[in-house]
Amino acid sequence: MTDPIIEAVNLSKRYGSFAAVSNLNLKIEGSKCVGFLGPNGAGKTTTLKMFTDLIRPSAGEALINGVNVHTQKKKALALVAALIETPEIYPSLTPREALMMIAEIRGVPNTERKKRIEEAVSEVRLEEWLDKRVGKFSKGMKQRICIASALLSDPTILLLDEPTNGLDPRGMNEVRGIVKSLKTKKRLIFMSSHILSEVSEVCDEVAMIDHGKLIVYDTISNVTAKFTGGENIVEVELQRPIDSELTIKKIAAIPGIITAEKKDDKNLAIRFSGGSDAQEKILSGLVKMNIGVISYRPASSELEDAYLKLITSTL
Amino acid sequence: MNETETISENKVPSSLTQVGITMKYTFLDYFRSRRFFILLIITLIVSAILTVLVGYYRPQSFLGDPTFDATTRELTFYSSWWGRSVPFVIILGGIFFGGDAISGEFQNKTGYFGVPNPIRRSSIYIGKWLSAFIAATIIFAIFAAITIGNGLYYFDANIPIQFGQSLLYAWFYLAAVMGFTFFFSSLFKSSSMSILVTAILFLFVFSLIELLVSTLVNVEPWFILTYGAGIIGNILNPQGFPDHVQHSLVRPGARLTITSYNAYVPEGLVIIGVYFIITAILGLILFERKEFT
Repeated sequence: MTDPIIEAVNLSKRYGSFAAVSNLNLKIEGSKCVGFLGPNGAGKTTTLKMFTDLIRPSAGEALINGVNVHTQKKKALALVAALIETPEIYPSLTPREALMMIAEIRGVPNTERKKRIEEAVSEVRLEEWLDKRVGKFSKGMKQRICIASALLSDPTILLLDEPTNGLDPRGMNEVRGIVKSLKTKKRLIFMSSHILSEVSEVCDEVAMIDHGKLIVYDTISNVTAKFTGGENIVEVELQRPIDSELTIKKIAAIPGIITAEKKDDKNLAIRFSGGSDAQEKILSGLVKMNIGVISYRPASSELEDAYLKLITSTL
Repeated sequence: MNETETISENKVPSSLTQVGITMKYTFLDYFRSRRFFILLIITLIVSAILTVLVGYYRPQSFLGDPTFDATTRELTFYSSWWGRSVPFVIILGGIFFGGDAISGEFQNKTGYFGVPNPIRRSSIYIGKWLSAFIAATIIFAIFAAITIGNGLYYFDANIPIQFGQSLLYAWFYLAAVMGFTFFFSSLFKSSSMSILVTAILFLFVFSLIELLVSTLVNVEPWFILTYGAGIIGNILNPQGFPDHVQHSLVRPGARLTITSYNAYVPEGLVIIGVYFIITAILGLILFERKEFT
């Protein structure tokens, strides 16, 4: 089987004079998870909708495995599962029936349908609700059923539009776990999200879009290295007030630290370079100084810094 | 799921098969819905009221003049019971099951569940149309069964052939009404708007236009669906199928006359058929082009 590919070729969507997506050229190829980032109204959902024939492009093409989604939808989406916005399910159906409908539409073999539905529902932890009517479900539960429907046909491409939207923290964590587990198979996952930590945790690459235009598409490590200069900040909370400026100078002398600033008597902001190894050494150095460290956490992620720099530059 | 499993290539069924799949599950949704239950209750209440009133008062307007022959009395019964009521049952069926069938896909976001799959929109549209038609046909069949049950009680097993014809015309009319409601449902993204507009059109606007055009301008309203549907009742007329054009005085002794028209049977069938075809095609085109924004 060849590598899965999704490709936007001069893809544009206009609503009157407003360009929701403007000449987007993006080719994602291979088994990986790509985060699709951008502020509200940047064109993320519009792009994903054009890849699922929910809306038509004003110009250009949305191609999946080289097939135009708009003109040959059945062929293009045969190996694609999508979760766009928060879909509703016919309220009088049970999850089993709704999933059976999708399984039949997608051509899941008759002998496998029951097993696959039970597996998919088990994955989203809704086994007890399998035969209850969907009309009584919460938004989060419906979202889980929709995620289960995306897993049913064992797709090679998954298009996910903010898949953790509407879920409680536990549900969000579970969905991230599901997405990570899907990465182990030969799949291309293209996932939009507002939650940068989620993208950092789950994705290998990132595409950023703003005002309907692609700003950057690269691996997360390349994007963060390029746009943050490899610098990070950790916030340190102490049990006791810092006694003197001398202590601050000693902290700043720990290898890897660029600057150390006192935010107040018990809080410091430490700017450092390097990855998690440097972070570990700095924490170790602080503990050895016996200054009463009780909390040590990143002020922001590298991806968040890169995102803010990129998006701010396009305002 | 097993992490070592390979990606399977499911064979996507043909569009025709997908029509059947959509029909099966949307029908299940209709069948269990509150609106199906409500329409069933309305139909049963109307039928019960008619049964009790006719059984208790035995009005000649329903059971015919006892001095007339049996066929005339049978036609009087079926004309009054079926001919006058069934168009409303059909219109209610169209509004209840077709009024928001497509607009609901947008407003309720159910379209986001089905459309981003390897299925043509036309398969979804036709599948939904068929399920709505079947749901409305069940209500229609229950009303027909109660009509026949009462007819058998009063006239034994003498069901006039005209009733069979009227039944077929009515069923055909149901298809056209459903096509029309689906078309309007495709026009709007708001469910309540599509239901409201469809109801107003069928219950007031069509009748009003038909009346104004024929009485004031003396033009045959061949372009109105409800005019074509007049054959459902007219075929049961105990005095025979009414004249194509009828003139009557506004009141006895007055000079002013009112002109009314009755569609011939073939003409009525053509009107119903043309409405069905045109609205079905237009509705389908609209749904194909409509965007989930």
